Amino acid sequence: MTYLKPKFHHPDLPKNKLGYTRKYYEGSLSTLCAGCGHDSISAAIVEACFELNIEPHKVAKMSGIGCSSKTPAYFLSNSHGFNSVHGRMPSVATGANLANRDLLYLGVSGDGDSASIGMGQFVHVIRRNLNMVYIVMNNGCYGLTKGQDSATADVGSKNKSGNINQFEGIDLCGLAIELGATFVAQSFSGDKAQLVPLLQAAMSHEGFALVNVLSPCVTFNNNTGSTKSYDYVREHLEATASVDFVPYAEEITTQYEEGETKSIQLHDGSWLELHKLAQGWNPEDKISAINALQNARKHHEILTGLIYLDTDNKELHDLMNTTDVPLNKLTQDVLCPGLEVLESINADLR
Amino acid sequence: MEPTNVNDPEYYHKVVDCQHACPAHTPVPEYIRLIAAEKYTEAYMINWESNVFPGVLGRTCDRPCEPACRRGRVEEEPVAICRLKRVAADFKGEVKALMPKAPQQKNGQKIAVIGGGPAALTVCRDLAPLGYEIHLYDEQSKGGGMMRSQIPSFRLPAEVLDEEVNYILDMGIDAHFNTYVSSLQQILDKSYDAVFVGTGAPRGKDLKDLPGRQEGAANIHIGIEWLASVAFEHTHKIGKKVIVLGGGNTAMDCCRTSRRLGGEDVKVIVRSPFSEMKASPWEIEDALHEDIPILDNHVPKQFVIKDGKLAGMLFEKVKAVYDDQGKRTLVSTGEADVFYEADDVLVAIGQENSFPWIEASCGINFNKWGVPELKEPIFQSSNEKVFFGGDASLGPKNVITAVAQGHQAAISIHLFCQGKPLTERPAPGTNLVSTKMGIHEWSYENDVATDIRYIVPQADKALTLKDRKKEVELGFDVKTAFKEAQRCLNCDVQTVFTASKCIECDACMDICPTNCITFTHNGEESELRTRLFVPAKNLSQDLLVSPTLATGKVMVKDEDVCLHCGLCAERCPTAAWDMQQFFYNVTKAYQ
Ligand SMILES: Cc1cc2nc3c(=O)[nH]c(=O)nc-3n(C[C@H](O)[C@H](O)[C@H](O)COP(=O)(O)OP(=O)(O)OC[C@H]3O[C@@H](n4cnc5c(N)ncnc54)[C@H](O)[C@@H]3O)c2cc1C
Ligand SMILES: Cc1ncc(C[n+]2csc(CCOP(=O)(O)OP(=O)(O)O)c2C)c(N)n1
Ligand code: SF4
Ligand code: SF4
Ligand code: SF4
Ligand SMILES: [Mg+2]
Repeated sequence: MTYLKPKFHHPDLPKNKLGYTRKYYEGSLSTLCAGCGHDSISAAIVEACFELNIEPHKVAKMSGIGCSSKTPAYFLSNSHGFNSVHGRMPSVATGANLANRDLLYLGVSGDGDSASIGMGQFVHVIRRNLNMVYIVMNNGCYGLTKGQDSATADVGSKNKSGNINQFEGIDLCGLAIELGATFVAQSFSGDKAQLVPLLQAAMSHEGFALVNVLSPCVTFNNNTGSTKSYDYVREHLEATASVDFVPYAEEITTQYEEGETKSIQLHDGSWLELHKLAQGWNPEDKISAINALQNARKHHEILTGLIYLDTDNKELHDLMNTTDVPLNKLTQDVLCPGLEVLESINADLR
Repeated sequence: MEPTNVNDPEYYHKVVDCQHACPAHTPVPEYIRLIAAEKYTEAYMINWESNVFPGVLGRTCDRPCEPACRRGRVEEEPVAICRLKRVAADFKGEVKALMPKAPQQKNGQKIAVIGGGPAALTVCRDLAPLGYEIHLYDEQSKGGGMMRSQIPSFRLPAEVLDEEVNYILDMGIDAHFNTYVSSLQQILDKSYDAVFVGTGAPRGKDLKDLPGRQEGAANIHIGIEWLASVAFEHTHKIGKKVIVLGGGNTAMDCCRTSRRLGGEDVKVIVRSPFSEMKASPWEIEDALHEDIPILDNHVPKQFVIKDGKLAGMLFEKVKAVYDDQGKRTLVSTGEADVFYEADDVLVAIGQENSFPWIEASCGINFNKWGVPELKEPIFQSSNEKVFFGGDASLGPKNVITAVAQGHQAAISIHLFCQGKPLTERPAPGTNLVSTKMGIHEWSYENDVATDIRYIVPQADKALTLKDRKKEVELGFDVKTAFKEAQRCLNCDVQTVFTASKCIECDACMDICPTNCITFTHNGEESELRTRLFVPAKNLSQDLLVSPTLATGKVMVKDEDVCLHCGLCAERCPTAAWDMQQFFYNVTKAYQ
């Protein structure tokens, strides 16, 4: 009669290059509702970090408030974390990132946290191209406060109490492209085959990476008539392309016919391989990406996969010309360069 | 793969590794839970129904269940299943009243049972409640067979054996002890409706042709004969220097008994390498603990006689060489032969069947290994009235196998006496019920204890070596028994999957601590096994495969290292997983 995760693991559990098993990337047992899509996304994050051989102590998990924002407790228990105020994760992430650029910033937010109370923060963190992965666990409702419609609920979607949503839903991906996001992807919690490589690519990308993941709320928004239920999402998925993530220095092995495939190299040298490209879509072209999103919307399709990618960008540190060294590693001689330097600065101001 | 047919009781039975490995299929996790609940009497009765001698087996069983135990696959050591059985026997209350009784009114049919070992006694127990008149004949003065004549009292106290033998003899068995059956024909002539032969494998192998065997005869003893003579108090001492030949359990009992009868310098000398000795690891350990060295790779060459008396033995030193097929040959190392002094030598190099008392006229066919031609699980010989079981049927094994065969022979005899076909065996009794009690609440302890195996305490060596009858193992106390019982994973609480309820949210796959569950596309078993979250390399463990789900995938669960923790069922939003307790009972003749 317990609800604790046993300490035992599979004796043949594979190890990654650092010698860690997936277990090392897990967190404590989730307290979310059984079957919540958010838990699947947590599992995908675990998988992506394991596969990428990420050192857990080099990750900072940043979140706001909501069921989604609780999930950092359920993955990467050996990483840093900051559970901030509702909708304010982007400011805290910005501060942390400016102070220590050596960490991988994983922002986890919800549709309420990002598209309602945190909208102001969301748009500005994109505008500034903060180098982080920003995951929205999007269930079209405020799960934690019992399922009120959120700003990403689609027009006409019916909630659990039978109300039909009258307001236009905010398209986070479209908005992010508009604001200059340099990596924009959309996926579904129930499709790890797609979600894991997208997360790996987002983590390898330098600059702001949005991954908007449709994540059914089993308790408050999984009813018939909801456009964010397991059934509805599964029936309306439409992928831009299938995605393979090929880490740096590994060989690309799958062969596809020409014209159907596109390989994009990311900053760290790894490759994003896109196969069976949707017609007329070029992930490196903003206009075609926005068109693809609008087209899908018109046809009541949910476009998933990579939507837009700009590998040639300047992230916030580059834009601001900040120091390469994390602030806590700056030594006294750098911080206090001496009288001579002070005098030359003063001379410049005269 | 085809969806798994979980309606076949053998599927879930196999998941309960210990029970499946037990020749009598004792419902192990059920009695372990009862021990944890301090219900020792009930735990004893569960055992008694299956294995007839819980007190004996809790001390001496060969424990095929333990190497099979799932716990051994997720950590170092299996659950101490055998020693928990002893706990049930040690702390039980009144049990006799709970046992079936033989009816006053007999059914009019008569059965002869030859031999009084575990197989024969099991047949008696299973048939007596059905009203058969049973005549048992045994050469020994008391019942129990080799459990009495061979297993030394320091491993199995006589009171424990007497108690369990008497539960059966008290069912109105007409027992004729001190009666050697010298002719099966005479028994057949007495018009019994059926005859059961459970006479064991009574002949110990000898080294007849080794030089010096004749001259040294007074101090060279056949292991099993010598042990019997100690057990029946004919032999009370042995020389100071003793060599025991052989590497099986009989050798271990011989050397340890020698230490108690005056042997000071007792050695076990074995032909094979130490790692290939037949004795159970725990028996070897106990012998070493009693300061008995084991010399391996020594082939006996000669009994050395001085002044007309045994002085010792000469051995050739060998090493094991293996060919491509892994077949072993022992080749000389070329070193000089070695001599070891000995006042007495015990030859414990194996046992054989021997039926000098079965005449050709009885119509029983024997095969080239000297055992009767029989089919499992029928155990009927070429004379349709004569059934065999235990060591007499398929060669020397152990007590639990003798019991399991006894159950089957009893069923055959009962069917035969009713004129029914022997192939129509009763189906096992099964039951499958949900253990769900409420939120996070199950009727079994689903918390997986991380404790490592508890060691059974032993009496002080200084005392046990002085007294042949002083039991060495002390058994678990109640507190330790509880802790050891908590190590059991409750493998009989099955993960039951209902495909129609699954919405493929992956929650169960994500939570499973041992990554047993994968949702993937179906395929051939050998290929599917490689595609699971963790490839399923243990081919002796089954895959549970669901019918095709809505997305076209299937749920595949590798049973190998499932902890039966119930987290999959906890995390499933639709109760597509449920933890259901499976009870499996081999039906006995009287049930
Ligand atoms: C030294 C030793 C130690 C062992 N230790 C263990 C152990 O720790 N655990 C374990 O599980 N197994 C052990 N075994 C094996 C186990 O004792 C036997 O496998 C088991 O007792 C076989 O049971 P059974 O019913 O077939 O016959 P047995 O136990 O051999 O009984 C046969 C009986 O038939 C009687 N008999 C034979 N011929 C006749 C006849 N013609 N007329 C009348 N009576 C006859 C014999 O006197 C005997 O009483 C040990 C064996 C030996 C030799
Ligand atoms: C400042 C503030 N305002 C309101 C709340 C109440 N509140 C808690 S969670 C939540 C909505 C969360 O929705 P979302 O981000 O979509 O997360 P979900 O639970 O759906 O994953 C709200 C409004 C709060 N905690 N703090
Ligand atoms: S863990 Fe318990 S139920 Fe499972 S095999 Fe071992 S003893 Fe049997
Ligand atoms: S009971 Fe379920 S969650 Fe627990 S180990 Fe077995 S399959 Fe995994
Ligand atoms: S948790 Fe339940 S509904 Fe979800 S995938 Fe597993 S069995 Fe299916
Ligand atoms: Mg939400």
